[in-house]
Amino acid sequence: MSDHNTMNLTLHVWRQKGPNAPGKLETYEAKNVSPDMSFLEMIDEVNEDLIKKGVEPIAFDHDCREGICGMCSQVINGVPHGGQDRTTVCQLHMRTFKDGDNIFIEPWRAKAFPIVKDLVVDRSALDTIIQAGGYTSCHTGGVADGNTILIPKPEADYAMDAAECIGCGACVAGCPNGSAMLFTSAKVSQLAVLPQGKVEAATRVNAMTEALQQCGFGNCSNHYECQAACPKGINVKFIAKLNREYLKAVFE
Amino acid sequence: MQILKSVVGRKVFMAITGQCMVLFAVVHMLGNSSIFIGPDGINAYAKHLHDLGPLVWIFRAGLFAFVAIHICYGIQLTLENNAANPTAYAVKKQLKATFASTTMIWTGLLIALFVIFHILHFTARVTPGVVQGVDALGRYDVFTMVVSAFKNGGIAFVYVVAMCALFFHLSHGIQSFFQTMGWNTDRTQCTISTIGKAVAFILLAGYAVIPISILASALIK
Ligand code: HEM
Ligand code: FES
Repeated sequence: MSDHNTMNLTLHVWRQKGPNAPGKLETYEAKNVSPDMSFLEMIDEVNEDLIKKGVEPIAFDHDCREGICGMCSQVINGVPHGGQDRTTVCQLHMRTFKDGDNIFIEPWRAKAFPIVKDLVVDRSALDTIIQAGGYTSCHTGGVADGNTILIPKPEADYAMDAAECIGCGACVAGCPNGSAMLFTSAKVSQLAVLPQGKVEAATRVNAMTEALQQCGFGNCSNHYECQAACPKGINVKFIAKLNREYLKAVFE
Repeated sequence: MQILKSVVGRKVFMAITGQCMVLFAVVHMLGNSSIFIGPDGINAYAKHLHDLGPLVWIFRAGLFAFVAIHICYGIQLTLENNAANPTAYAVKKQLKATFASTTMIWTGLLIALFVIFHILHFTARVTPGVVQGVDALGRYDVFTMVVSAFKNGGIAFVYVVAMCALFFHLSHGIQSFFQTMGWNTDRTQCTISTIGKAVAFILLAGYAVIPISILASALIK
């Protein structure tokens, strides 16, 4: 059945065989795209076509496809995760595009995120930052009673807002300096306001900012591009909080 | 010293030195405005400053140190940031970054060049065509020096362009200071950013009005 709503699109996709191979934008036609498809489903269909033609399918990262895991990572028409506010690529729907549109699809670009293949980049640098201090040290044992440590509602809410980060790396992809300061600050802020995390706040902020630097991320120069790119709308107030925590640690 | 290498520490130094230069720029602009009182205003003001003797030199040394720290870290951070983002996107949309925020290194270097010229021009007074003399009270005649300089359209133009660079630099820089020092939240962000731009604009207007009004009155006559 031909649906008058379907669209034909032209995709310009970054293709790169391996980490050190040269890459370039290739052009593909996406035919009869339903507006109800997600962006990733649209690429799935294009890949089916490519496989039939004997062309290597486009490699891209994805997992949950429901906007919570942070695996999907594509810069669509110059915006990480595409132009819809607070939306991951997997939750972006084709109804936000028009018949005949040209769509540019590129991988996250930053020195700290080397390309593995096509649209897939290696984001383990973010894990390195978390390993440096994005945790609380505590003794394991029996399960503690709920509410033995009371946390005021405003602090709990603040920590939850910071914990919304899904670690996708869009902040780095959008940042003109390739900096992971928003990502780092979200974890630093989340833990710094909670009683369990306060204890190690000073060592944490030092260790995490040092890891950020060693991984080859840039410095924050307050463009605030990260907040606009973040699919979870993580606020740059957390970067100010990180700076505050850093200065506190210096004078401690 | 860990702080001199840290991603945050170096920015804190940049922020503090930059903000001190803003304070200097505000005071300097207010001082310059004494030119509108006439020769008596600015010549007396300049004499008071020079009579401070060694204090002037202590102040100059401090200011020079601040400028040097600000410029060195500025260049270092910019080089690191460019290295962290080596490949450009084929298509990239700017969502929040501004002309001012993405040209900080260039407006900054332009201001530095201007300051060198400006010190040679009005402090060392070694640039060609500087009118030097004393007024009736035997004070150095700053008024005549400045007025005759700005009758030259080229010189007036250089000053106005430099003040525009200062405007862009500070319209990003002032609010950036508050963020870097951690004195910002989502509720203060908008107000701080507006105040920063307003201060930058007042500096632009306050400085540029001098060459513009002198040149304009020279052209009308
Ligand atoms: C149109 C705008 C400006 C005018 C008319 C102006 C005028 C002057 C004059 C007349 C002096 C010499 C004072 C004296 O030694 O008797 C001076 C010094 C100086 N100006 Fe400006 N100025 C302007 C803008 C600026 C700006 C924007 C800056 C940098 C932020 C600046 C930085 C300096 C410095 C560093 C000195 C030397 C101060 C010292 O040696 O103690 N000026 N200016
Ligand atoms: S695939 Fe999990 S967030 Fe998009």
